Amino acid sequence: MAAIDIDQLVVRRRGNTVLDRIDLAVREGSVTALLGPSGSGKTTLLRVLVGAQRTTSGTAHVLGRPAGHAVLRGEIGYTTQVASVYPDLTALENVRYHATLHGAGRAAALAALAKVDLADYADRLVRALSGGQVNRVSLACALVGRPRLLLLDEPTVGLDPVLRRDLWALFRAEASDNGTTLVVSSHVLDEAAHCDRLLLLRDGRLIADDTPAGLLRATAAADLDDAFLTLVTTQEVPA
Amino acid sequence: MNPRLTIATAGRVLSQLRRDPRTIALVLVMPCVLLWLFKEVFSAEPTVFQQLAPALLATFPLMIMFLVTSVAMVRERSGGTLERLLTTPLGKGDLMLGYGIAFGALALVQALAASGVALLLLGLDQPASVPVLLLIAVADAVLGTALGLGVSALAASEFQAVQFMPAVILPQFLLSGLITPTSSMAGWLDAVSHVMPLRYAVDGMSRLAHVATVSATVWWDLGVIAGCAVLALIVGSTTLRRTTA
Repeated sequence: MAAIDIDQLVVRRRGNTVLDRIDLAVREGSVTALLGPSGSGKTTLLRVLVGAQRTTSGTAHVLGRPAGHAVLRGEIGYTTQVASVYPDLTALENVRYHATLHGAGRAAALAALAKVDLADYADRLVRALSGGQVNRVSLACALVGRPRLLLLDEPTVGLDPVLRRDLWALFRAEASDNGTTLVVSSHVLDEAAHCDRLLLLRDGRLIADDTPAGLLRATAAADLDDAFLTLVTTQEVPA
Repeated sequence: MNPRLTIATAGRVLSQLRRDPRTIALVLVMPCVLLWLFKEVFSAEPTVFQQLAPALLATFPLMIMFLVTSVAMVRERSGGTLERLLTTPLGKGDLMLGYGIAFGALALVQALAASGVALLLLGLDQPASVPVLLLIAVADAVLGTALGLGVSALAASEFQAVQFMPAVILPQFLLSGLITPTSSMAGWLDAVSHVMPLRYAVDGMSRLAHVATVSATVWWDLGVIAGCAVLALIVGSTTLRRTTA
C-alpha cells in the first residue's frame, strides 16, 4: 500500500494557485525529500497531508484513509517550519506532553530526546536552548508517538553540517528500523542525495519525481544542483 | 474527548504558569491590594465596603482569567502549537476543558486569598457560606477562561487580545448592578443586564453576604454562571479549526 496517494490535487488561496494538479504516490517505509524554493508550496502540501489545509479539488490519501481522517491523527508525526513547542516548559515536559497525547510515557519521551541527541538537555527550559536545539525538541515531539508517517517541514534548516548529517542518519534509521515513512522538506538541494526519492516543487507544480540517480541520468547533469537548474530552465519554456 | 488528555493539558498549562511567578503573584496579590484600597477609600462610609466588596470578589476572577487566558491562547494560535495540537489525537474539548481546569484551579487559590483577606483582615461580614462563595468565584473564573478562549479567535495578536478585555468586561461591570441597581436603569438596559453573566455573579455574592442563609436565588445564580461557562466553552471550541484556508 502507498503511504501517500495524491491525485490531481489543487489548492487555491485567495485566487492564487498554491498547488496545481499534483499527482504523487509515496511508498511505505521510504524517505522522500520534498524540495523547492521557498514559496513553492512545500508547506502547503505537508499541511494537506496532516489535514490542516483546505483543498480546492482532487484527493489526498494517507495510509489508506482520506487526509485529515481522525484515525490518522494518531499515526502521523508532524513538525512545522517554526518549531511549535512551548518555550516556558523544559525539553522533557514538551516531549512528555506529546507522549501522553499518543498514549506513551516518560521512558518514550526520554528515548525520543536521546534520538535527537538532547538527553543532556532534558531539564532545560526550551527558551534557554539554541535555535537548532529547539528544532530538535520539536522533532522529538513528533518522534515520540512512534508514528507510521513522519512529515517534517524543513527540520534541518539552520543546523551545522555535522548535525544535519546526524539527523539524516536518524531519518534513515527510522525508515529502516521501524518501517516509518518520511517526507522531509528542504530548500537545501544537496540534502536530496540522502533520499530514496526526490520531489521538486516549483510555483505549485511538481516538476520532478525521481530517485537522485534517475534525476542525474535524465538531465545528464554532473550533480544535483545542475540537475535542478536544467529542470528549472526547461520548465520555463511554456508547456 | 479523553479524560487523560484533558488532565495532561491542564497539567501542561499549570507547568507553564509555574514558570511565570510574576503573573501568579499579580493574580493573587492584586485583588487583595485592590480590596484594601477600596476599604481605605470608603473609610468614612464603612457600609459601602460591606455592600460592594462581595461584588468585587465576583468581578476579579472573571476579569483576570479572561485576560490571562486570551493572551495564552493567542500565543498558542500564533506560535503554531495550536495547529500542531490539532493534528494529534487531542480533542478540541480536551484542550478547552484543560485550560478551564488549569485556570479554574488558579482562580480557586485567588478566591481563597481575596476572600481570606476581605474576611479576616478587612473585616468583611461573614457570608452565609464560604464554600458557596468560592464556588461562585471558580465558576466565574471558568467563564472568564471560556470567554478568553473564544475571543482569542478574534485577536490577531496579544496586543489586540488585551484590548478586548474592556470591550467584554466593562459593559458587564456597568450593567452588573455593582455601580447602580439594575432596577433603576432604563428598561432596555435592565433587560440587557439579564443576559450578562457577571450580573448573576454579583447578585449571588451580594446575597451570600447580606442574607443569613444560602437562598434558592443564590443556587440559581450559580447555575446560570456555570451554564454560561459551559456554553462559552462549547462556542469557544468551535473557533478551533483543524482545517484552514
